Amino acid sequence: MKITPEAADQIFVTLKQWIVAHTPAPWQTLVGIIVSVGAIIVVFAALFALTTVFERKGLGRMQNRYGPNRVGPFGVFQPLADAVKSLTKEDLVPRAADHVVHYLAPLALVGVVFLSFAVLPIGRNMVAVNLDSGVLYFFAVGAATELAVFMAGWSSHNKYSLLGAMRAIAQMVSYEIPLILASVPVVMIAGTLSTVEIVERQARYTGGLAHWYVFTPWGLAGFILFMIAATAETNRSPFDLPEGESEIIAGYFIEYSGFKFALFFLAEYIEMFAVSALGITLFLGGWSSPIALLTWIPSWIWFFAKLLALIFAFIWVRGTVPRLRMDQLMNFAWKFMLPMTLVVIFSAGLWRFLPPTVVGPGFLGGVIRWLVCALVIFAPYMLLARALERGRRIEKRTYRFAE
Amino acid sequence: MLGEGIIQGLVETARNFFGSYVGKERLTTVQYPEERHPLPEASRNFPFLLYDGSDPEKGLRCVACQICEKECPPRCIHIEKSKDKKPDFVGKMQAYPAVFDIDVSVCMSCQICVEVCPFDAIRMDKEFELSTSDRFGGLLWNKEELSKPNEYYQKIHPMEAAETDERREKELADAKAKAAAAAAAEAAKAAAPDAARPAAPQAPKMTPQ
Repeated sequence: MKITPEAADQIFVTLKQWIVAHTPAPWQTLVGIIVSVGAIIVVFAALFALTTVFERKGLGRMQNRYGPNRVGPFGVFQPLADAVKSLTKEDLVPRAADHVVHYLAPLALVGVVFLSFAVLPIGRNMVAVNLDSGVLYFFAVGAATELAVFMAGWSSHNKYSLLGAMRAIAQMVSYEIPLILASVPVVMIAGTLSTVEIVERQARYTGGLAHWYVFTPWGLAGFILFMIAATAETNRSPFDLPEGESEIIAGYFIEYSGFKFALFFLAEYIEMFAVSALGITLFLGGWSSPIALLTWIPSWIWFFAKLLALIFAFIWVRGTVPRLRMDQLMNFAWKFMLPMTLVVIFSAGLWRFLPPTVVGPGFLGGVIRWLVCALVIFAPYMLLARALERGRRIEKRTYRFAE
Repeated sequence: MLGEGIIQGLVETARNFFGSYVGKERLTTVQYPEERHPLPEASRNFPFLLYDGSDPEKGLRCVACQICEKECPPRCIHIEKSKDKKPDFVGKMQAYPAVFDIDVSVCMSCQICVEVCPFDAIRMDKEFELSTSDRFGGLLWNKEELSKPNEYYQKIHPMEAAETDERREKELADAKAKAAAAAAAEAAKAAAPDAARPAAPQAPKMTPQ
């Protein structure tokens, strides 16, 4: 049997249909749901295991050292060792803790985090639920993680965990606004909240090049802003103040050990995957290939390739930038991110109501529109940067008694 | 421009990341059990006993003079002198240690035993991977465990060993020369009566003249 590109593309869809077809009729709906959910949980949990070891190895290389390389060839079985370790550790609960909430917090976090994958298209026809308001659903579910984080921080009855939880809430609430505002231009241009629809809008080709929103000026700026806000939203370095190992030890999950700790760790990474997947869906064309020539590669390979690239970017940034201070974090959110996202929304509106034919003839018109929209973003960026840097120039420090 | 520094930082970490797969200078870790840095010439850990030749029983340089035992600040050396004697490297009859124990859990690696030894019999080792599951017996080393050949010493401390060997060769040569001189003197002494003896008969011969 020869496998056509279409068949390879739809192989998992066909597999699911085959499984569903072989179950008795009254169970078919339930089995279909279980297969989808099971696949998501297994695939992304496996990706989590892979990411932990690749992150540690990548960070090591960035810091001129090998990462873990003892367990198995090149240390690839390190996640297994970590799993055994976290499973065999004692599960400690502080005596003063609120036991029920303390127990529920990691479960709530992991459950909520996995929910967001329901609307993310992993490949062509590969989405668990095709909601008309998928983007809205994603942000609604994503906001629920804050509750779980605060449950963990509050119930632990520990000053560090409470500080961590308060930082986490302040940060996640602040960055949720730029995160949502950065995705608004896409919704404006696509004219839909459905993630499947948004990807299909981008899977069209002109002159062999896909209509990814990241190729437009507002899309590029929006994507960068989105990823910055996503980094903060998922509490990753340099926005890992809620954890802050050197200040508040582990933040809101300081009082968790063993498998509950592993669940927090899992949730953090799954959240990162989810928000990266949304970034891919909104700006990087989801499962579509960037050029028409490569459409024969299965859509799910494109999706996971983009996801791995974004994960590498997260690791790269983590290996580069030191942690921010709380006031820097807040200033950055409200003084830079928020105005810039508003500017991007304006630029997207300009893009929408400035068809290339109005600006100039043919291809030139498109270029002019691109440049105009880019300038609308770049000029305020420069002004804002200059305004923010004014008054905080570092002067040479003079000492009265030393020297 | 805002964000310029972050891009410079990203470039630096990217250079580290990809450079670590190309050059060794961006990946300086020594993978210890498999690779290791060579130890410096002067590094030292715990003492050991030297022997010449291949038989540790015969060639052991120690003559059980017990100077090291007395000088050892933490008193980690225990020596029992033998009743009989055996020839040393120059052939002189010397006692040897019937028991020579060093408790390395007590030893503080001060090297005083090495400095006081007049027979070049005790030297410092470089071996540092000494973990043992027996914290009493495993750390009390007896004569057999302590004895190591001179070749080993030449390998771990080449400069020191060369100096010692030179001195000992000179000593041996001196001793040989002395022995030869003594032998010659002995021979001369032995020859003198011989010389006198033929002379003796001459005397009576001469007397009649």
